Amino acid sequence: MNIKQIISVIKILFSGIGMSLKIFIITLIIAIPLGIIVALIRNSKNKIFSYLMKVYILIIRGTPIMLQIIVVYFCPYYLFNIKYDRFVAIIIAFVINYTAYFSEIFRSGINSISIGQSEAAYTLGFNKFQTFFLILLPQTIKIILPAMSNEVISLIKTTSLAQIIGVTEMFALAQKQASYNFSVIPLVLVGMYYLVLVFIISIAFSRIERKLEYYS
Amino acid sequence: MSVLEVKELSKKYDNLEVIKNISFNVNEGETLVILGPSGSGKSTLLRCINNLEKITSGNITINGKEMIKEYKNSIPIYNDKKILNKINMDTGMVFQDFNLFPHLTVKENITESLIYVLKMDKKSAEDRACELLQKMGLINKKDSYPCDLSGGQKQRIAIIRALAINPKILCMDEPTSSLDPELVGEVLEVIKKLAKEKVTMIIVTHEIKFAEEVADKVIFMDKGIIIEEGNSNLIKKPKEKRTKEFLKRFLNV
Repeated sequence: MNIKQIISVIKILFSGIGMSLKIFIITLIIAIPLGIIVALIRNSKNKIFSYLMKVYILIIRGTPIMLQIIVVYFCPYYLFNIKYDRFVAIIIAFVINYTAYFSEIFRSGINSISIGQSEAAYTLGFNKFQTFFLILLPQTIKIILPAMSNEVISLIKTTSLAQIIGVTEMFALAQKQASYNFSVIPLVLVGMYYLVLVFIISIAFSRIERKLEYYS
Repeated sequence: MSVLEVKELSKKYDNLEVIKNISFNVNEGETLVILGPSGSGKSTLLRCINNLEKITSGNITINGKEMIKEYKNSIPIYNDKKILNKINMDTGMVFQDFNLFPHLTVKENITESLIYVLKMDKKSAEDRACELLQKMGLINKKDSYPCDLSGGQKQRIAIIRALAINPKILCMDEPTSSLDPELVGEVLEVIKKLAKEKVTMIIVTHEIKFAEEVADKVIFMDKGIIIEEGNSNLIKKPKEKRTKEFLKRFLNV
């Protein structure tokens, strides 16, 4: 490949970043609050709901995300003859998958806070809702940040699986360019794009970590 | 007037009976000190009063409101949430290991419940916090975080936090037991101050000298029952053998 071709590939890949980021951000926005809710249900005294969440987490963590994407997109078609937007399918599959992982991270964080915190909150008159949002959640966030940054970094790279049901994102473009140009350079370039994105995410997380260092 | 009435209270964990049919009263302005060896049910008693543990039988009345509404097949039915919340705000609790909220400043630790539970506006909540901090000589710590305080300071803040909601009765569960010996004094001073101001208190402690000084009423507990009860003279002149044995161990040290 000559320099002109490389520059054109760089531009083409850049146009695919948008889709990768869109999947990444929408998944985060939906899966984080859902993860908290699933963690709370899993922790709740209602045995049936708690058990259901356990099974959900077992299935999601126990099967490949590639399979989950395929099931989410093709099952409605084979069972009910429903065809729907591929992008929506990707978001649903990613949310289902990442909610499971996030919920376990949140659960470990919430459970590591001493019971004395909730007891003190109770004796001061806080209701359960206030106790969670004013006392437990802020402390949980600090505890789970390192585990969370791992999962979030994995999410940006996993967006490359969107292409298996035909959603064209950065990695799909790179593969196309690789075969079109008969060269591995587009794949190297796409790798660099991911590296930069992960670098930015890491910086963002260490910033938040530093911000929360005001107490121990 | 009785602020607190404990009537025939029992508490069982599965088959282990930690509190066995205990009754006593605390009047307004009184300081009750509960003494006894570890495992005698003192802490559990305070936790029942603060509704951190569910009782097995009997009843607890705080400021005229009963915790248990009725008994169905000898299972206690707790009163409605509204009444329990009121009872909850009438009782304050100071824990052995402070339980301050680490992510909030000293001032926020105190104002958080004033703002979100008592619905005070931020300004008057902060005024109240600062007034109490001033009184206890901790005003210069108002913007510190708990991790930057000594154990004694932490416990004094915890006492202020519990006081700020103006409870009818303040419970303290071994408030100096997790402190270094040299920090015990400053916390006891604060409690003495409160006793002088006639704040109604129940204190579980192993500080016998302090107990003698501060108590209007003393209860000695062992194995879930009240062995002996009386005024602070009980510490000097116990009648029961078990009380004598217990006190001897402390006074001979």
